[in-house]
Amino acid sequence: MRLWLLAAVALMVAAVALSIGAVPMSLTDVGRGLADPSTRTGAIIWHLRMPRIALAFLVGGGLSVSGAALQALVRNPLAEPYLLGISGGAGLGAVAAIALGLSGLVAVPAAAFAGALASSAIVYWVAAVQGTRLEPRVLVLVGVVVSAFCGAITTALLTMSDAAMLRNAFLWLLGGFGTASWVSVAIFSGYAVLPLGFLFGANRTLDLLSLGDESAEALGVRTEGAKALVFVTTALLTAASVAVSGMIGFVGLVAPHVIRGWLGPLHRQLLPAVFVAGGALLVLADAVARTVLRPAELPIGAVTALIGVPLFTVLLRRTLA
Amino acid sequence: MLVATDLSVHYPGAARAALAEVSLEVRPHGLVAVVGPNGSGKTTLLRALMGSVSLQAGTVQLLGRPIASWPARERARIIGAVTQREDYPFAWRVEEVVSFGRYARLSALAALSAEDRAAIERAMIRADVLTLASRRIDTLSGGEWQRVRIARALAQEPALLALDEPTASLDFGHEMEIFELIRELIQGGLAGVLVTHHLNLAARFADEIVLLHEGRTAARGRPADVLTPDRLAAVFGWPVQVSAIDGVPQITPKRRLAAR
Repeated sequence: MRLWLLAAVALMVAAVALSIGAVPMSLTDVGRGLADPSTRTGAIIWHLRMPRIALAFLVGGGLSVSGAALQALVRNPLAEPYLLGISGGAGLGAVAAIALGLSGLVAVPAAAFAGALASSAIVYWVAAVQGTRLEPRVLVLVGVVVSAFCGAITTALLTMSDAAMLRNAFLWLLGGFGTASWVSVAIFSGYAVLPLGFLFGANRTLDLLSLGDESAEALGVRTEGAKALVFVTTALLTAASVAVSGMIGFVGLVAPHVIRGWLGPLHRQLLPAVFVAGGALLVLADAVARTVLRPAELPIGAVTALIGVPLFTVLLRRTLA
Repeated sequence: MLVATDLSVHYPGAARAALAEVSLEVRPHGLVAVVGPNGSGKTTLLRALMGSVSLQAGTVQLLGRPIASWPARERARIIGAVTQREDYPFAWRVEEVVSFGRYARLSALAALSAEDRAAIERAMIRADVLTLASRRIDTLSGGEWQRVRIARALAQEPALLALDEPTASLDFGHEMEIFELIRELIQGGLAGVLVTHHLNLAARFADEIVLLHEGRTAARGRPADVLTPDRLAAVFGWPVQVSAIDGVPQITPKRRLAAR
């Protein structure tokens, strides 16, 4: 019921987002364009705005579900997918590719994806010492450290690049959906369906993992295996998001928090709602990014950080109080 | 039902074994209390019984099968456990926490069945938390929270309860409430094993006591046979007086300086 309400809100957000852009449209124009792709408005909607909105929605949903799963894994509602060290590795991968003179729609995302997976593998390898339990706080700490290390190499690479390269790299690092196409939507959704399906299926295990290892084990969870699977799945999902859209922080924090306050923390209800809400949130953020500095575009990573950081601060202070 | 024979556990890097040649048996309608000073191996013993630490020697058999060979889900349908510490990072409702007890009996995507709901309600009634069902767990008192966790273990519909200091930091009223509840469950046919610091309550409620000292069994048997003044003084390093109240030994630690 509430999920339908949320879906309706998401659809409205999408409709408004379709009407926003370099060519202004009314909602009636949007309706006409949707009905007839052969017109000029139709072409803009079907070939430019729709794939962009679809990709923003999927990435927002994926990042938010990753965030919610990770918060259960590290037993802390303030965790975020990027704490796994993924952002640092992805950024390094992308900037290295750009510095090597690679460009295009495949090479840079592929390098970012590889970097993200490599850095999260390092995080996992450092945190999971043989014979001990995977300790969530250690995981977060290692994530931060690995990110910082990747950041240092990235900065070094950036200082050695020329101006054009620098601009490219910066725009990529800050994230955006400017290059979205139906092809990227298809690739991303084909890829994301597995990790998303796994995390939805693991909803009860996520509930139990957030109680801590001992209780989860007593209730029937094979904790070490489950934790490793959740880590790998969220890393894969986040890495793909970073690869197609650059670094977009705080969606994975904001959406789970809002929905948990509304629907409660049970993952069975939480995860689908978080997917829809996170998707809508990123579509909205993208619409804001496209509008405020028209005709220039604000990087979407800046928009989500501008919303996310104040919220994080408030949350943190409330948690500490 | 659960038989442990000559258990030895040695944590890597530890100077001495956490557990050495400890045996015990838990039977239906019987409550075994594990007592001993801090660091004597009580919690390690309970974990070994659950199969969650690796043994250097000895065996743990649950229903005649080695505990390590039980898949986690199957084991959780037999043993319901209340661990010593537990996080709750999210503010679930009481009935949701109790429903976690059904995990081992549910498939990944299935919703709770009528049977699950009935089991959850029965568990909440038995642990007397039904009136708290829709309360958020961050509003519960310590005693209520412990009863909720016992309800969750009961929702597992176990044959055996394993409890690690279920009354830590509770006042004596709530402590008695929990012990009476445990005893009632045992009388109802459950088997139970309990770690506690409360020798007097262990003496009153348990059928058998295992007294641990530095990982070894200092004594094992009926409360009156185990809890003798000399033995307790040696194990706890403090002189005690033992008096029989209603035929049950009750321990009072002595003052070193004569009380005025």
